[in-house]
Amino acid sequence: MIKRSFFGLPKPRLEYKALPDKLPEPEEISCSGNVTLLLSTFPEQTDRTLSVKEGDKIKTGQKLFFTNDDAYIISSITGTVSSISSFTGDFGASYTAVSINISDYEEVDEQFELYTKTPSLDTARDFLACVPGNLPINLLINPEKPIKTIVISGCDNDLMVYTNQYIIKSDIDSIKSGIGILKNITGADDIIIVLPLGFKHEFGDIGARVSTVDTAYPAASPHLIMQNILGRIVPAEKSFEDLGVCFMTAEAAASVGRAFTSGKIPVKKTITVINKDETVKLAVAEIGTPVRDILSTLGITLNEKDRVILGGPMTGTAVYSDEHPIMPDTSAIMIQDSGNIPHVSDYPCINCGDCIRICPARIPISMLVRLLEAGQYEEAADQYDLYSCIECGLCSLVCVSKIPIFQYIKLAKYELGRMSIAEAPDDYSGGDDE
Amino acid sequence: MTTAEAMMSNHNKFIVSHAPFWHDGSSITERSYHIMIAALPAVLFGIVQYGLPAIAVVAFSVSCAIFWELAMNFVTKRSLTIGDGNAALIGLLFAMLVPATLPWWAVLTGTFVAVIIGKQIFGGIGSNAFNPVVLAIAILMVSWKDLFDFDEALLNYDLEFTMLYPIAALKHFGPESIESFTAGDLLLGKQIGGIGATFGLGIILGGIYLIIRGFIRWEICLTFLLGVFAAAFIFNIYDGSRFAGPVFHILTGYTLIGAFFLATEDSSSPVNLIPMLVYGAGAGVLTVLIRNIGAHVDGVIYAILVMNLVNPLLDKIRPKAIGKVG
Repeated sequence: MIKRSFFGLPKPRLEYKALPDKLPEPEEISCSGNVTLLLSTFPEQTDRTLSVKEGDKIKTGQKLFFTNDDAYIISSITGTVSSISSFTGDFGASYTAVSINISDYEEVDEQFELYTKTPSLDTARDFLACVPGNLPINLLINPEKPIKTIVISGCDNDLMVYTNQYIIKSDIDSIKSGIGILKNITGADDIIIVLPLGFKHEFGDIGARVSTVDTAYPAASPHLIMQNILGRIVPAEKSFEDLGVCFMTAEAAASVGRAFTSGKIPVKKTITVINKDETVKLAVAEIGTPVRDILSTLGITLNEKDRVILGGPMTGTAVYSDEHPIMPDTSAIMIQDSGNIPHVSDYPCINCGDCIRICPARIPISMLVRLLEAGQYEEAADQYDLYSCIECGLCSLVCVSKIPIFQYIKLAKYELGRMSIAEAPDDYSGGDDE
Repeated sequence: MTTAEAMMSNHNKFIVSHAPFWHDGSSITERSYHIMIAALPAVLFGIVQYGLPAIAVVAFSVSCAIFWELAMNFVTKRSLTIGDGNAALIGLLFAMLVPATLPWWAVLTGTFVAVIIGKQIFGGIGSNAFNPVVLAIAILMVSWKDLFDFDEALLNYDLEFTMLYPIAALKHFGPESIESFTAGDLLLGKQIGGIGATFGLGIILGGIYLIIRGFIRWEICLTFLLGVFAAAFIFNIYDGSRFAGPVFHILTGYTLIGAFFLATEDSSSPVNLIPMLVYGAGAGVLTVLIRNIGAHVDGVIYAILVMNLVNPLLDKIRPKAIGKVG
């Protein structure tokens, strides 16, 4: 945990974790019994049938989907469907959870290989939407918002995490071929690979511009990369794709490269595991592996009232069960001991100004939080720059009153999102709003 | 058993909450206690100077402030807040501003005004529009003017320096009357005044400690002192026979304690850069204006109250957030 320094006058500087000089050896996780794949669904939609049912045999790389929906998941293992159930995630996100019992042998679905000779955007859309690193395929295929610039982030988006740095160091060849393929299939003329400042690399021309960002959190956040490297500011109500820019992780680019060179859809996710004592290890596991399996392989035990976090300490998501599966975008697992969990409080803002000084988006948080506490979300958005928030979590970290400011901000955005859907039901296309 | 059921029926129950999962460990309690520690040199100096009566006032004031806060917690049926140290801090700062001979009922009333009227009825910590201590002193000053006549209050003391309240002497008898005060003496507390308001060096050291630790905002202290200095300097240049020099104004009255401990109170002061500069400088300039051409002996209290009043307006001057158009 990062403690307030004795000298409070200078702004605190939180450094991203740098990859050690000696490349860490990731632990291969062998899944014990079953994996669970989460297929994003819309609960309103009821007239649908899943392409598989309980008891069906599944091959590695096989697509599982609903008959009248574009969304799908790729099975990361060979086995038998043991259960299908619904599952609710953070902020009411709705999933269909498909559990698969692993069989002893592996059989690979060969459908994808037929298309690998000539990579195309359609192939990527049909097979690579849930590769490790979470390829943002929906943004790349949207004809209304053509992507001109692709930013591949070799930085990790949270403290203590070095998944992407490891991928860059260990598998630059896949990234290189991934960049070539992405260039070809998307027609994006500018590809930038972003590395942390001082990151030592030997790769020569990889077909992309190389830029560096500061190692102080949150310099690797897409908004700040946009501002500092591309020299452009995203208006608060717009998204990156509105400006023709698409961000993706180095792992996603590597997955694209691996997929088309090997003819198999990559299913193994690299994960940084942050232990209770804040030591960091790397693990490689199939998507869908329960957190429990990873922890037991690494010898981490969980006790009552510990905290299990998917993601890093600043922006991750706490889950209530160690059965929770690894998702394509799970860059890290963090475990906190019950004794080290800081609690939030219901104290009011005392107007100390620490959040204002640390906010990279220059939001008047001391005023914003007063409105958010009172549930006045629209006023907060109009007057106090709610939508400028880049969601780094620094305000909550330094809050003297221990107000869960970041949570209030996310809740406000979520509630306003729901309101706008309720007000304009015709616009609701059911599309992914990420 | 489905996955969702398996997740539900897990043996261990984990703590689930929203990101971030770290906190830097800062707290209101820590803040209050450090401000009190920073005030200690000046308070101890006052106790050494004025003896038992000063201890009595400080102890009674801190206890009363805590008592009023506790009483209000019970009356409003809210959780107890005396643990955050803010009430104790209010009590301590109140005691620092008053003469060592202040009667008990005035301490009781003053802390009542500070804690209940200055802070609690606005909604408690963080919601007060005015600095509670400053508001209390202002109300006492208006209601019982003689209580703050330091010359009269400390009549029975004979310490080894000129027993005159310097800025009162300046007000009533002009700059010649204060020639016996040297800057060094004033800095070392050889002047009469509030229990914790006369030892300039101690207050400055405490203030610097708070600035370095980040518990107060340096922009406010510095511009407050600069404002006092500049305004007094201009008056002094204009007519040196009527107006004292800037150093005198900085080292006497409530200027230093005002700059480091009163004007910097979190809730009633701005947080953005430009507003902080304007707020500090405004309070400084107003202080000298009130002292030099106003009716009151010391202007710090009213200057800070006036700037507290404009603080919400001032704090609207703020940098544009990322991505904000127009």
